[in-house]
Amino acid sequence: MREINVSIITDTVEKLCIEANEHLPDDVKCAIKNCRACETWDTAKGVLDKIIENYEIADEQNVPICQDTGMACVFLEIGQDVHFVGGDLREAVDEGVRRGYTNGYLRKSVVADPVRRGNTGDNTPAMLYTEIVKGDKVRITVGPKGFGSENMSQIRMFKPSAGLQGIKDFILQVVEEAGPNPCPPMVVGVGIGGTFDKCALLAKKALMRPLDSHNEDPFYAELEDEMLEKVNALGIGPQGFGGKTTAIGLNIETLPTHIAGMPCAVNINCHVTRHKTETV
Amino acid sequence: MEKHITLPLTEDLAKSLKAGDTVYLTGTIYTSRDAGHKRMCEALARGEKLPFDPTDATIYYVGPTPAKPGQVIGSAGPTTSGRMDAYAPTMMSVGARGMIGKGARLPEVVDAMKKFAGVYFGAIGGAGALIAKSIKKAELIAYEDLGAEALRKLYVEEMPLVVIIDSEGNNLYEEGKKAYLESVE
Repeated sequence: MREINVSIITDTVEKLCIEANEHLPDDVKCAIKNCRACETWDTAKGVLDKIIENYEIADEQNVPICQDTGMACVFLEIGQDVHFVGGDLREAVDEGVRRGYTNGYLRKSVVADPVRRGNTGDNTPAMLYTEIVKGDKVRITVGPKGFGSENMSQIRMFKPSAGLQGIKDFILQVVEEAGPNPCPPMVVGVGIGGTFDKCALLAKKALMRPLDSHNEDPFYAELEDEMLEKVNALGIGPQGFGGKTTAIGLNIETLPTHIAGMPCAVNINCHVTRHKTETV
Repeated sequence: MEKHITLPLTEDLAKSLKAGDTVYLTGTIYTSRDAGHKRMCEALARGEKLPFDPTDATIYYVGPTPAKPGQVIGSAGPTTSGRMDAYAPTMMSVGARGMIGKGARLPEVVDAMKKFAGVYFGAIGGAGALIAKSIKKAELIAYEDLGAEALRKLYVEEMPLVVIIDSEGNNLYEEGKKAYLESVE
């Protein structure tokens, strides 16, 4: 058994909140640049150039890439041999978010109640996802999630008879309905299977996976390529002004599911798909 | 067409802008998101004045990040305009003509734009660090308790925008997509 003081979790979360918001991951930058090279439409080229210029400014000046610095989605993969000491883990994560968003001059975008509203003032609480894994380490991922794109996400509980075609049509329908709203070019995270809640989580996890990776199952890897091509034939383009580059990536994650069902969730993200990971 | 324009957005100036125009905007604009719009519309319903003169005004739908020491403003890209659709026709009815944001608008908003000669500009969503460079002055003028959503007066120079919907109701989202798809057929 290994003891880990929760103050280390706080420090790491604080750092990751700031870094994720100021520096776009290399795989996302690479995907944007590749799309710029393949783009055929002049307006779209101009928009992609400005998007590249924007993340370069953020890199050089250490400022947030986007003003919507998001809800802090914090994923903890906790080794089963870890014993946390020194305080409450949940509070330690929130303290990390509080410090990161305050010390990093990030926007506080969380309201305390979904109906009655009221800004919490420090971007807490984090959206915390914990998973118990093998080993004695803790893998921490912070993925700030903006809501322009989150609001465009959808889930549907399909009958198994809808088949693969039902899933394909649904992905295209969600992207089409999102249109210019989620700041395209977007990243599309697809979850298939599990239960209602696990399916949505799969879609979110799909957004955290590097864009230069594929699903390990060749069937879904091919589906990722096919659907990305179909999404990019819709013509929405960067910012919705028309063009080839509607999405810079499409990742699919799956789970076994019930004999009676085939859930599918599509979580939309923008070109500022941020995530930063560190292992303690 | 590429156009360099100086505010206020008079009726003549508004009518000269066409969907698809690239515009570099200079002048004073005001920031507000849904919470601020709700308060402004409630104030108007009570017969009160707005915190700024809405005549020929342009409103930027933005909630910036806090300014770091030495900065005028933090990152400041547009938010999704659709959340202001419930309030935009009221704002136009008292003279506010320009809107800066991103994303689709409801037909009611477009109808009001045709009636009051309104213009809907798009700023690049997600390009908050780049757009902040065109903001030269920022002053908090009302609703401080709303934090990032407080009402601010900004002075911008050569702010890079695109006309998405013009005063005749032409829409770049529809026309741009159609033109691109026709080009690849």
